[in-house]
Order: sequence, then C-alpha cells, then structure tokens
Amino acid sequence: MSTLRIQDLTVRLPPGGDRADAVSKVSFSVEKQEILCLVGESGSGKSVIAQAVMGLLPNTLPVASGKIFLEEEELTRASERRLRGLRGAHMAMVFQEPMTALNPVMRCAAQIDEVLREHTGLAPAARRARTLEIIREVALPDPERMLESYPHQLSGGQRQRIMIAMALVLEPALLIADEPTTALDVTTQAQILKLIVELQRRHGMGVLFITHDFGVVAEIAHRVAVLREGRLAELGAKLDVLLRPRDEYTRMLIKAVPTLQPHARDADASAPLVLQTTRLSKTYRGSGWLSRKRVVEAASEVSIEVRKGQTLGIVGESGSGKSTLARCIVRLIEPSGGEIRLGGVDLARLPPRALRPLRRRVQIVFQDPYRSLNPRRTVGEALIEGPVNYGVPRAAALERASRLMELVRMDPGALGRYPHQFSGGQRQRICIARALALDPELLVADEAVSALDVSVQAQVLALLDEVRLRFALAMLFITHDLRVAARVCDHVAVMQRGRIVECGPVREIFREPRHEYTRALFAAAPGRDFAFGG
Amino acid sequence: MKVLANWSVRIGGAALLVLVLVAAAAPWLGTVDPTLFDAASRDLRPGEAGEVTTLEGETIRHVFLMGSDSFGRDIYSRVLYGARVSLVVGISAALVALFFGVLLGLAAGYVRALDGPLMRVMDGIMAIPAILIAIALVALWRATLPTVIFAIAIPEIPRVARLVRALALSIREEPYVEAAVALGTPAARIMFSHILPNCVAPLLVQATYTCAFAILLEAILSFLGVGLSPDIPTWGNIMAEGRVQFVAYPHNVFFPGVFLAVTVLAVNILGDGLRDTLDPKMAKRV
Repeated sequence: MSTLRIQDLTVRLPPGGDRADAVSKVSFSVEKQEILCLVGESGSGKSVIAQAVMGLLPNTLPVASGKIFLEEEELTRASERRLRGLRGAHMAMVFQEPMTALNPVMRCAAQIDEVLREHTGLAPAARRARTLEIIREVALPDPERMLESYPHQLSGGQRQRIMIAMALVLEPALLIADEPTTALDVTTQAQILKLIVELQRRHGMGVLFITHDFGVVAEIAHRVAVLREGRLAELGAKLDVLLRPRDEYTRMLIKAVPTLQPHARDADASAPLVLQTTRLSKTYRGSGWLSRKRVVEAASEVSIEVRKGQTLGIVGESGSGKSTLARCIVRLIEPSGGEIRLGGVDLARLPPRALRPLRRRVQIVFQDPYRSLNPRRTVGEALIEGPVNYGVPRAAALERASRLMELVRMDPGALGRYPHQFSGGQRQRICIARALALDPELLVADEAVSALDVSVQAQVLALLDEVRLRFALAMLFITHDLRVAARVCDHVAVMQRGRIVECGPVREIFREPRHEYTRALFAAAPGRDFAFGG
Repeated sequence: MKVLANWSVRIGGAALLVLVLVAAAAPWLGTVDPTLFDAASRDLRPGEAGEVTTLEGETIRHVFLMGSDSFGRDIYSRVLYGARVSLVVGISAALVALFFGVLLGLAAGYVRALDGPLMRVMDGIMAIPAILIAIALVALWRATLPTVIFAIAIPEIPRVARLVRALALSIREEPYVEAAVALGTPAARIMFSHILPNCVAPLLVQATYTCAFAILLEAILSFLGVGLSPDIPTWGNIMAEGRVQFVAYPHNVFFPGVFLAVTVLAVNILGDGLRDTLDPKMAKRV
C-alpha cells in the first residue's frame, strides 16, 4: 500500500494563462518510509500538486481529472469535512516561509495545542505533555521557553522546527514539505534537512519534498520526480536521475547546477586596483529616546580589493553584512567609518554634490528582478536614464540602449515595452544592460542570480562573465551560494557578523578553508558530494 | 480595459457622466434663469404651472417641474444649475487637495529632514474638524467660488499628504529607486518620475473620496449660510431656503437632497470600483 498515490492528475489553469493545465496527467506515488523529491523550476506546478493533495487548491484551479489516494482512500472524492479530519492527522504540510505560516499573535504552545484539540479528545494536561514531547523531538533547545514564545521571538530555523513539530504532532502518514528550507541559511538548512530525514526514519512516514534545488535532492531523496511545465519529465531512483538522467530536460537542469569546484582561470595580480576599502564600517544606532540604545555593527572594518577585470565574491549568510557592504560601496547608505577608494578618490566622505559625477563609475544589479525595474516606465526609459542624467542626448542614449539590448541578447525592438512583459531572467538582463549603460568601472552584483531558476541562472552568470571580460569590469559579487561563487569569482571573502573572517583566491579557499566558519559553510552545502554541472 | 469591466466603475461612472451632461446642458433642458423670481408663483407644488418674469420684463408661462420656492424661483432650474456648482467645487477641491497633498507628501516621504516638521503641521490640521476650518477660512476670505474651493480643499490636504508620504516611504526602498540613485538621477526627478507614477492608482481612489466629501462639505457650508451667497443656486442654498417651510413644502429640500445623495453615492461607488480594480490588495482588507 502506497502512502500517497497520484493517478493521471490534471489541474486546469484559468483561461488566458501561458498553458491550459497547471498540472497535466501526472502520476507517481510516495511509498511508506520514502522521501520523494518533486523537483522543478518556478511555474512547473510543484506546489499545485501539493495543494491538490491537501485539498487546498483555490477555486480558480479545479482538478479536471485524475485521482489522488492517501493510504487507499480517494481524496479527490472526499468531502470537505473528511478532508479536514485527514489534514493534520493523516497528512500534514510544512511551508516555505515559517514566519507567515505561523500565527504571529499566538504563542507556539497554543498553536500546537490547537492541532491536538481539534483532532484528539486528550485532556489539557495530556495535550501539554504531548506538545512538550514533540518539541523535544524536533530538537529545540529549552522546550519550556520555546513554547511560551511568540513566532517573532524565534529564529527562522527555530520557527521551521515549530512548524515541523506542528505537522508531526499527530503522527501523520504523509508529510508534504513545500520548499521548507529555501528561506533558510545554508547551515540552518543542513540541520533542518537532517531533522526531516531523522524524523521520517523514526516514524516511517512518507515524505513528499518539494524543492528547486538539486543539492537538496542529492542530500535527502530516495526517489526523484522531475516536473516540467506541469508534466512529469522523469521519475526514478535518486542516483539514476542524478547520474544517468534519461530525459533531455533533466540533463539540462543538472548540467546547469554550478559545481563546487572553482574554475581554473588565473587572476592577474598586477592588474590595476579599481576598488579598495579600508576599515569600512557601518553602524546602525537605534535612536533610544526612552528605551535602551541599540547599536548594530552591520559591517565592521572591512578591507577588500577588487582589480580590473576580476571578480571578488563576498560570501556569507543572511545578516552577515554583505548587502550592507555593497550598499555602502555604491553609497546608497552612508558608511560610518573607513575609506572607499575608487581609482584613488575616497568616496566614503564625499558630499552628494561631489559624489554625483563619480556615481556613474560604480553600478549595481539587485537580487529581485521583479522589483528592480520601475513598473511604470518602459525598458527604453530605464536604459537611457543614466546617460541622460549625465548629459547624453536622448537620441544617442536610445541608440546605445539598442546596442546594449543586443549585448544582453534581447530584442532591441522591446525598448518600448514595460517590465511586466518580461520574465525574471529577461528582466535581470535588462538590469545588467542598465548598469552597463554608464560604462562603469565596478559592477556590484548583489545576489543578482539568487532569485532565478537554475537554467536561467546559468545563462545570466555566463552573461556576467562575458561583460566582465569584454569591458574589463571589476566585479563585486555578493552571494550566499558557494556554487555560484565557485563559478564566477577570482577571489572570495567570507563574511560573518559584519566581519571578513577569511579572504583569498577562490581555489585556495575552496581547497582548504582555514576559518572554522568557512569550513562550516562548506560542510553545510547541500549535495557537496555530487559533481553537478558539465 | 480591466477598469471598465468593473460594474461599480460602470455604474458610478455612468451616473456621474449623466450628471455632468445635465449640468453642462442645463440651459437647454427646459430651464429658466435660476435667479428669476416672481411673487405670483411662490410656493408652487411640483408640476404646477405659473409665470416667470424675465429681466427684460417679459412674462412667460412655465411649468414648475419640481415646484418653486418662497421667492417664486424654479427649483428644477436651480437644482440643475446647482449641479454645476457642486461638480465644479467637488472636482476642483479634489484637484487642489491632490496637488498640495502630493507635493507635501513626496517631500515628507523622500526628504528625511522635512518629514517631522511637515507631518506635525499636517497632524495639527487633521486635529481640527474639516467643517470648522472651512467655515473659518470662508469667513476670513469672503465667500467666492475660488475661496470656497480652497476652504474645502485645505482640510483635505493632510489626508492626501499622509497617503503619499506612506507610499513614498515604501517605494523609496524599492530596488528600482536605489538603481536610479546609483544612476545619478537627481532627487526631484526620482520623486516625480519614479515615485509619483507608482502612487497614481491609490491617489485616484483617494481623489474620488475627496471629491465626494468636497461636494458634501460645499452643500453643508451653503446650508449653514456661510458658503456661496444665497442667490447663487447651489444644492445647499436651495435646501437652506426650503428648510423653514419644510413641513408644508418638502419638495424644496427633497429634490436638491436627492441630487446631492445620488452624486455623492455615484462618486463613492466609482471610487470603490477603482479601488477594487487598481488596488486589489486594499480591496480585500477593507
């Protein structure tokens, strides 16, 4: 008996979408004691399948045909009442964003207790005991205190553990985890993955694990199902799919995952310095009028160098200060101390008027392609904005914009269109073109490929490499992803709590990381034993 | 277009369009000069016929569709001409409030140093009831059309300014604004070509509510006798004049009242429809 069996499931999209079905004729099963990874890029229909199983599909996405069985009970025919009984007790779900999946005004204890109260006839004392037991099981420190906390008082990893505790408190047969570690740092992700594997073994659950990350797949899957535009592209045992993919699309996806092996090019140590920061710091002071003053050192005494035509990667987890550093260097925020030398001029203390002529020499590309372009302005307007600011006539700027569009492999005829008409990858290309329009010496890429699907990410990384070579750009590449860093960087600086803990040529750092934190980052990188890429 | 597919927009917009057409075409809709009076035709009931003497001394027969008031003026003509005043005051006041509110809101939202001082002044204005400010301002300036418009618009400015400031504060953190800063775009251009265009949808919604409120406030001022002078036909003036004899001749208050209610309702329905289509997130919350 399979824990979950899906037969020819088809879910319709509302008319006018880019395809007729969100999910079409998908069949697979999750056996007892098995972790099945459902992999696919954004829009492939992974989450729709999860929602269909849980009976949580919105009315606009009806199940058109097919059957879903949970332990031989047909869910597609079950009443809403029956589904309510099954959810939590027989199947449970963990979501990507634990902050929004937990109720912010309820203590954790009350949220777990609610599940028990709804589904069991246990007395309050027994419920409390069970709650404590499950909290211990998900390895949360100081369970009593955790239970009395509100979600915002916990870290992201702790919140996700609470979510998992809530999902498992009734010992469901099936756990659906929808990108449960995507919002977490890599070291936390490693712990949560380990926890899920452990709990799955102990309880003999079937787990449907949804992810976009082949590293995670390599880490935990028993079997893998690859989705492409709502269709099942490949289904098989982990090693078969990862090492001997039969499907063209799967092969392409796996090839697009960067390896942890740094590239072999040599950085020219005599290339001229473009950017040099000395003891650059940014301190945030909470204005404590009645309360205690809070001082946060977002970046402290950061000294880095970037040379012409080379890429320095800044690697670190969230809150390590890498974005603060990037924004200081572009002078989007005022540094509190230190120097930012760009070709001999110290930018750190320049007043706005003196800074303006120098701004064109440093440009930035942001993480979120959907928010990086003004939705109310055409692509052409975005591309000529910089040059026009510095006195280039509109006609000349527009002509240059056309050439830039060609450079980033986009149709110059699209200059009159608005950002919403482009995909995430295309928008990121436009952002790169916009940054290049001013002929900068230094390009700062702040997690510029983190929001992109892996195949698109590979293309954008190739483009960044190409423009770096072509314009002999110095690049500051901010990323949390070691694989991406290995792919593009000449040098790497590892940041932790606002400080650079280790810095050096990429090959040295990847071969023998010296600092304990760097080593922890490498140990946590999912799928590090697999050689992805080509 | 998505906006025009919304039934609230269609109904509110159509009602408003009819009102605008009626106001514009008032002279050709069987009306007489709304200021003409004739002692012989006082207090006629709706539908009764009577006489009106023109300024040239000519006497003409006229059917008083909505009756006449205690001076013998034709209510129908006064209500139709009154629509002009109401619509002009409503729309102009909304535009004036929008203009100053946008300027102040953008300045407060984008220039950190101005935020505190400007918004405290706005808070101060909001602390006083709008009607009191309007009465005080009209009293200060003498009641003409422009002064009434400004008197109604000024208490509305803080509401617009607050909205724009809140929007500007969140939009200024968007990466596309930061990208513009990095591209060397001057502050004024960032405010007007990056932030403002992204405020248009909520502003349009706010403008309709301001317009509805301005129409109401103008009627209140006139009704209280502190608005435009009583011989100018406005719905508030007509109602004020009819108030004394309300029990005997309710039509004096009834007809302008119906027009006022329908107009305000139409503007509000239009605003709700715009909000639903332009700002779906708000629609779910409110």
